[in-house]
Amino acid sequence: MYLILFLVFAGFCLAGAINLLLQTHPINSALSLIVVMTSLAVLYLLLGAEFLAIAQIIVYAGAVMVLFTFVVMLLNAGREERTLGSRAAGPIGFSAVVVLLAVLATVILRLQGLGVATLGHGLTNAPNQSNLVLLSQVLFHELLLPFEVTSVLILIAILGAVAIARRDGGERTAEK
Amino acid sequence: MSLLHQGIPLTWYLLLSAALFSLGVIGFLIKRNLITVFLSIELMLNAVNLSFVTFAYEWNAVKGQIFVFFVMMVAAAEAAVGLAIIIAVFRTRATLAVDRINLMKL
Repeated sequence: MYLILFLVFAGFCLAGAINLLLQTHPINSALSLIVVMTSLAVLYLLLGAEFLAIAQIIVYAGAVMVLFTFVVMLLNAGREERTLGSRAAGPIGFSAVVVLLAVLATVILRLQGLGVATLGHGLTNAPNQSNLVLLSQVLFHELLLPFEVTSVLILIAILGAVAIARRDGGERTAEK
Repeated sequence: MSLLHQGIPLTWYLLLSAALFSLGVIGFLIKRNLITVFLSIELMLNAVNLSFVTFAYEWNAVKGQIFVFFVMMVAAAEAAVGLAIIIAVFRTRATLAVDRINLMKL
């Protein structure tokens, strides 16, 4: 069961990522990235990270990708065009990344002592303690300050985004 | 019946993560649309998150999962600012092709 679930959703992940590269229109790339993110949420569930699975769907597949598709539609982005210089980036970049993947795979395959993932096993093996309780105890006691600082970070980022994307921001300050 | 209860080695998750990361790097290098390049960066962030969760599973480490949560929050902030910059660039250049955006100042 676990094997089948893993193979199906890992296949969805890889297929979505390859489709992201093959599509020439950004909206198709964005939609295939949503497939990747949703399949990753299922893989998080298989690894016993329920909170992260839901956060992945809400934050990534929901909020971030809505922002992306909104921008693609707002800017009316068309098919990508290629120039002479960018054609050289293909083969050079591709071979470099193959080397990178080979190095990473060698390191991973040489790792010793990694365990086996099974269903129903999470951060804790205790019968009446859930992963969520464990996670929130650490997040809201020990790491409360970083958590609150994150909210300030997001607030500043949104204010900055509004300031950058505002239509007549430059002229208005120039007039003053 | 043995197939039903069989687990899989965590190495497979790490290999999947490495493959997704490499696909993201390829997209970042060969794509010529600003939005698709940005999508490739998001793909790389997701690949790294998968390996964080895998190692958190292996060592029963709660903080691994919390780190992924913080990466998600920072990625959301980064997406908001990045897309605002893309909108500003498109407004001044009227193009999204990275080959044509080669000057910081008009």
